[in-house]
Amino acid sequence: MLTYLIKRLGLSVAVVVTVLLVLFLLLRLIPGNPATIALGPRASPEAIQRYSEKMNLDKPVWMQFATYAGQVVTGDLGNDVFSDRKVSTIIGEQIGFSLALMAAAMGWAVALGVPLGCLAAVRPNSWLDRISAVLSVGTIAIPSFLMSIWALLIFSVNLRWLPAMGAGDPGNIPDQAVHLIMPALAVGLSWVGYLARMVRASMLEVMGEPYIRSAHAFGLKPARVIFGYALPVAILPTITLIGMGFGGLISAAVFAEIIFARPGIGKLIYDSVLARNFPIVQGAVVVATALYIGVVLMSDILVSWIDPRVRNSL
Amino acid sequence: MAFLSGWQGVLGLVLVVAFFASAIFAPLFAPYDPNAMDIPARLSGPSLSHLAGTDQLGRDTLSRLLYGGRVALKIAALGVSLSMVIGLFLGMIAAFGPRWLDALLLLIFDSVRAFPTIILGLATVALTGPSLGLVLVIVIVTSIPQYARVTRTAALSLRGTEFIQAERALGASTARILGHHILPNVVGPLLILAAMDVPVVVSIEAGFSFLGLGVTPPTASWGTILNEGYLVIRDAPWMVVAAGVPLILTTLGFTFLAEALRDVFDPRMTKGR
Repeated sequence: MLTYLIKRLGLSVAVVVTVLLVLFLLLRLIPGNPATIALGPRASPEAIQRYSEKMNLDKPVWMQFATYAGQVVTGDLGNDVFSDRKVSTIIGEQIGFSLALMAAAMGWAVALGVPLGCLAAVRPNSWLDRISAVLSVGTIAIPSFLMSIWALLIFSVNLRWLPAMGAGDPGNIPDQAVHLIMPALAVGLSWVGYLARMVRASMLEVMGEPYIRSAHAFGLKPARVIFGYALPVAILPTITLIGMGFGGLISAAVFAEIIFARPGIGKLIYDSVLARNFPIVQGAVVVATALYIGVVLMSDILVSWIDPRVRNSL
Repeated sequence: MAFLSGWQGVLGLVLVVAFFASAIFAPLFAPYDPNAMDIPARLSGPSLSHLAGTDQLGRDTLSRLLYGGRVALKIAALGVSLSMVIGLFLGMIAAFGPRWLDALLLLIFDSVRAFPTIILGLATVALTGPSLGLVLVIVIVTSIPQYARVTRTAALSLRGTEFIQAERALGASTARILGHHILPNVVGPLLILAAMDVPVVVSIEAGFSFLGLGVTPPTASWGTILNEGYLVIRDAPWMVVAAGVPLILTTLGFTFLAEALRDVFDPRMTKGR
């Protein structure tokens, strides 16, 4: 288990460093002086000089990268071009909103999708199975940003049930929860069908295994066989899928944040791109990538902890 | 044909043909010029003269949607075919090259996939400014890994088989083995993957254009029409409704077609469902 952990961790660190390097080179390889791009074409030569020295632009590229990587490791992501506040502080203020949105979206999708898939597999071709099949095809076909826009149209513009914009008053938890409902519904909906379908397919496979027949033959209650013996095995591919799909979840959350004018890391990156505020773009992208890699790593570790066969395959 | 035995396959084929036909023959079907403004008729709802209403400049939404399909088709055709060819090439290199190269390529594939697409797009558009070419590059870069991985897996499993070993014993070069024996065996799975990939590519284009990172106004694209509709969602809700329909139909069409094709090429996949 320990060797597996070390190998897997090493691989993740390598991926994060590669992403960091690519992003860094991308920012340096574009034509033009980064200082001019960051400060705009009308910046004075003195300002450009000051900026270049501050950002180490006068040093060789490899040295710039080493310095930047060193700063990232110690949690220093540089300062905002405009307000000169720490990028890490700004991201810290925003990331909570994104995490809340992603957790709420994934939470309700898992709470509904997994039992739905289980029941559909236990009773194939029942009305429940049909509903879950229609739901999964129907929701997978709708891109998440379209789901957000249509949710906005239905629940805010037409029915006026839910607030259209923002994340609610700071400190007012019920208000924030109400503001969370619609984005979480829109981001999570396509996952309900996806998860139900995935769980159904692997449950059907597992339910045909001899050990499940044995468990039935021992006279165990069907519910105990399904939830105690079949589901823990059938859930494995789904956990991996959730980990792999986390990048898609981030993308969906970015769209939801922009469409619902909700604070969060996606809105932060979008606004910073429009304002050409590179330190924030760079820092936020690094944080988002690290978050993604962290979740994939966690799901892999979880799977290898449940299933010993995976540990020996790397 | 076998894959037309189920209703999903037929529906998929019909929708895919409709996607191609409406995009290619958009000038014939479109009732108006997509960029012709008619200010007095601005923001008018669906009617017989404007089936899907008009936008804030009085342009006919249906005509713009038809022309928007051409952008989607262009991105889908170029993006899918280029990433498939590059992915095929890289996948074969990974499978038949030295081990360190295989490990390096896998690391790169995983790193590229690690980037949530929209964040990669936002990071690059910050540098280059919005353009359709940028969307195409991002589509290709993010799609290559899956084609390469499928090719690599198929090529690796074939590499040890007896007929490849026999071929090698007869003195065939690696190029001949790859071109004559591996290629025909991976084309099927790759085509299914391509059909699955088209909706992804189309919605990436629409999503990027919606955010103003792709096609720039006044060019009509499903994404820019969605964005224009989003800005007037209270006054002209038909725009966001109408702009979503072709996206959903295209996704359904290609998904059904891909599943029907998969059932034909790989009957084992159907057993569990």
